[in-house]
Amino acid sequence: MPIEVNGKTLETDEEGYLANINDWEPGVADVMAKEDDLELTTEHWDIINFLREYYEEYQIAPAVRVLTKAVGKKLGKDKGNSKYLYGLFPYGPGKQACRYAGLPKPTGCV
Amino acid sequence: MSQVKKFMYVNRRPPYGTIYAWESLEVVLIGAAFEQDVSLAFVDDGVFQLIKGQDTSGIGMKNFSPTYAALGDYDVTKIYVEKESLDERGLSLDDLQHLTYEDEDEDWAEKDSIQLVSRAELATIFAGQDVLFNF
Amino acid sequence: MLHVVNKSPYERDSLDTCMGYYQEGDAVLLIEDGVYGALAGGKAVSKLAGKDVSVLGPDMAARGISEEKLADGVKVVDYAGFVDLTVAKDKVQSWL
Repeated sequence: MPIEVNGKTLETDEEGYLANINDWEPGVADVMAKEDDLELTTEHWDIINFLREYYEEYQIAPAVRVLTKAVGKKLGKDKGNSKYLYGLFPYGPGKQACRYAGLPKPTGCV
Repeated sequence: MSQVKKFMYVNRRPPYGTIYAWESLEVVLIGAAFEQDVSLAFVDDGVFQLIKGQDTSGIGMKNFSPTYAALGDYDVTKIYVEKESLDERGLSLDDLQHLTYEDEDEDWAEKDSIQLVSRAELATIFAGQDVLFNF
Repeated sequence: MLHVVNKSPYERDSLDTCMGYYQEGDAVLLIEDGVYGALAGGKAVSKLAGKDVSVLGPDMAARGISEEKLADGVKVVDYAGFVDLTVAKDKVQSWL
């Protein structure tokens, strides 16, 4: 189902991921979060931005296990655990945060 | 926890011309979630997958060569490249990406993932595996 | 005749076969995985000696092969050069 972001209509796949990664802008995350009744905080954005940087470098969305480890290294040990990440993204840090970040569903997401 | 098995993925195809290389990489990344002992071998035209400096902007295909650098994050730390295959193609290790991983047991020291092996050595490594997947 | 080869010479015999039919005035264009055939120091490159050989630049770049890695005498063409070659040679044969 397409989503409306700042007056533009963006295509998504059947699971709500952006069809075209280049369509992404920060407003995409805001719109998607609103649909999930979630208020995006700085902590959410840290993860979203992290995912976008990871994709830029490696051309894949990391699996949750990889994300957790990498977040711990980059943003501090207190954040590199699934409790913290699931607290931010209750539908799963991989799936939900990747969707907000405009990435495809994580490779290795089972 | 079930018993850890030794899984090896054997890559013999070049990238882009066919889908094998990317399919293999995806299977490796997905399989890495199962916490088995995973290693990769690059032989024949498979060595072309690791050539550095790939730029696909002119052919309209996704450049997946940066993804090999993520293998360390997925705990895939043993990447064997066959020397004979490089030699036949006029290549050396210097033509390939420098892939590394961080060793958790040694305070995250950065180590090389790629090991240059001879065909005979690789045959021994093949023999020591539980499961081999060819792409 | 323009001979177009898109398979790696290390995996298929297309290049080998094609060279058996090469005549004076012909040209060879290596595209897609065929570009690996022009790597200097590679086993396949001997087949190209003395022939008019070009490789398609965008396919080389995609595979991380720079011009310095090509065998001596091999030319690099872009898509426009590909068209020029097909115009210059009256017939094209694609060796699959």
